[in-house]
Amino acid sequence: MKPILEIIDISKTFRIQHEQKPYLSIRDSISNVFKPLKKSSEDFFALKDVTFDVLPGESVGIIGKNGAGKSTLLKILSKITPPTSGKIISRGRIASLLEVGTGFHPELSGRENIFLNGSILGMKRVEIQKNFDAIVDFSGVEKFLDTPLKHYSSGMQLRLAFAVAAFLENEILIIDEVLAVGDAEFQKKCMGKMEDVSKNQGRTILFVSHQMGMVNMLCNNAILLEKGKISFSGKSFEVINHYNDINFKENAGYELTKEPTGKDIYITRAYLTDSKGKASSNYAFNEEFKLNLSFKVKNPLKNVVLGIIVKDNFGRRIFTSQTDLNNLNISEKGEKEYKFTVRFPHTLLTPNHYSIFCALHIPNIRVIDEINDLCSLNIIDTGSIFSMYEGVDFGCVFANCEWNLLEE
Amino acid sequence: MEYEIRPKEKLNLGLAELWEYRELFYFFTWRDIKVKYKQTVLGFAWAVLQPFFMMLVFSVFFGQALNVPSENLPYPVFVFSGLLLWNIFSSGITAAGNSMVSNANIIKKIYFPRLIIPISSVLVSLFDFLMASIIFIGMLLYFQINIHPLKIFFYIPISLFVTCISTFGLGTLLAALNIKYRDFRYIIPFMVQILLFMTPVIYPVSILTHEWLKYLVALNPMYSAVTLFRAGFIENPLQINLLLISLCSAILLFVVGLYYFRKTEAYFADLA
Repeated sequence: MKPILEIIDISKTFRIQHEQKPYLSIRDSISNVFKPLKKSSEDFFALKDVTFDVLPGESVGIIGKNGAGKSTLLKILSKITPPTSGKIISRGRIASLLEVGTGFHPELSGRENIFLNGSILGMKRVEIQKNFDAIVDFSGVEKFLDTPLKHYSSGMQLRLAFAVAAFLENEILIIDEVLAVGDAEFQKKCMGKMEDVSKNQGRTILFVSHQMGMVNMLCNNAILLEKGKISFSGKSFEVINHYNDINFKENAGYELTKEPTGKDIYITRAYLTDSKGKASSNYAFNEEFKLNLSFKVKNPLKNVVLGIIVKDNFGRRIFTSQTDLNNLNISEKGEKEYKFTVRFPHTLLTPNHYSIFCALHIPNIRVIDEINDLCSLNIIDTGSIFSMYEGVDFGCVFANCEWNLLEE
Repeated sequence: MEYEIRPKEKLNLGLAELWEYRELFYFFTWRDIKVKYKQTVLGFAWAVLQPFFMMLVFSVFFGQALNVPSENLPYPVFVFSGLLLWNIFSSGITAAGNSMVSNANIIKKIYFPRLIIPISSVLVSLFDFLMASIIFIGMLLYFQINIHPLKIFFYIPISLFVTCISTFGLGTLLAALNIKYRDFRYIIPFMVQILLFMTPVIYPVSILTHEWLKYLVALNPMYSAVTLFRAGFIENPLQINLLLISLCSAILLFVVGLYYFRKTEAYFADLA
């Protein structure tokens, strides 16, 4: 099968200028008015010799840190800016969604903006007319179709914008982090639509995102860009694991540095220890370990729950564990510090990187204190049954189910 | 369908591509026209009222007070015929000149032939021209001007054509320059004012006593446009040499504007 996109040796340089000014004096600034500033310039490679192929129907995630060249690559693919060298052969119509709602005009009505935006995205008038009802339906703003866009809430604008984009019929879709906005329900709807586009309609997608979970869900393959070069490519989860490995910062624990103001109860300390009480972040999969948690009660409250959530390296929540603090009768003991240990059973988590989130809250009422990345947890494979499946995504949790053979 | 994206090498006009995106002309023009008169009480009437009031002001000060001659036409008709074309030119180059900067958010995010934006700006001023023409026809009837149908059908299309290519040429040139050197944002209004004095809108060329002044005015492409437009109503002989100079400068402006725009457009997204 011929690739639908061939990216061959693409480079892009920008000239950056430096002004030579070791120090500044008034005399200098006056005389500089009359003579041109001395500037030295330097070529900066935003992309350097990037080469890869995309097959029809494939969805490719592009990941990398800020400034790795992801957006520049998308801009070149969208023909917004030309490459400095190299070429791209495309065998399909490319539609780029570097932003949702490009060209939306606040003074025009929703109806008018659907046509304007659709047309800027490259849809034909008849195509828009054909899909008009479906677009309106998907956006859920039919009541406000003839209201100027400036009176829409930002969420409504976003829904309308995405609805138009969802009906693009191009063979290749280039999508830049457009889903990082909007509420959870809307994000879910978008992801559903995107999965439908890539998996059921067999269209080709290039997707840039910082949300590894989304890349993993949507894309079969991924490439990792680093300083303008492809540093790793392959199956999405392999690339994401690689990316997480190189960016994995060991976070040994949490220690409160400054007394917070206005918090009734707050977490003061957290770290992981093995069964002998030695602090570490790395554990074998068949090893037990404990989370040591301390918190301080400043103003006693009732019905407080202390909970933790373990998250995988895609940021997905794996499980929650909590304890009810009512048994401690903290409301009677006044200002006091408490210590907990949470014992994690062995052979629960599969080898990977995890992080722990912790929160003190009154269920369904309010969050008293929360810490997002309390400490990192690294489960090392020391010969589990899964070690032979390296490179395969086998999930996050070991489940020791009972297998019984029934009578033949 | 297979195509390549590669570094910009040779210049082409890309007419086929423009044709492919023809619907965008409509949408951009339609957007600008709609937005221009949004949230105004009088709406499209402004397209008519603006030149009408300008005509009144000029008629009072230049026609009545200063007694500027007007080549056998009533002064209001004379000045309005000039204003009709002048407004296409002045609002066209102002809008086109600023169009790339004001649409920067779009050109940085999506590709389409960049020429569509300044061309649409010129189309908007043509729309205003059509609206204002209604007043002009009314004035021709009111003042009972003798018209020569044959001459009108010959001269008016030529004069509109000259207006369009010079507006388009200067507009695209300014658009391309403005995106790189934002100084043009301040130069454009100034330039429009100077050019108004260099165009025989409020006065006929015949009152220029120095010969070199006539040639200076003829360098302005709008000289031929305005003169040819009035030729349908005035019996005076045309000054062919001045007209030719002006026509050449219109064509030159068109070619230079288009060339410079095409040459630099690939980098607009980097500069915007």
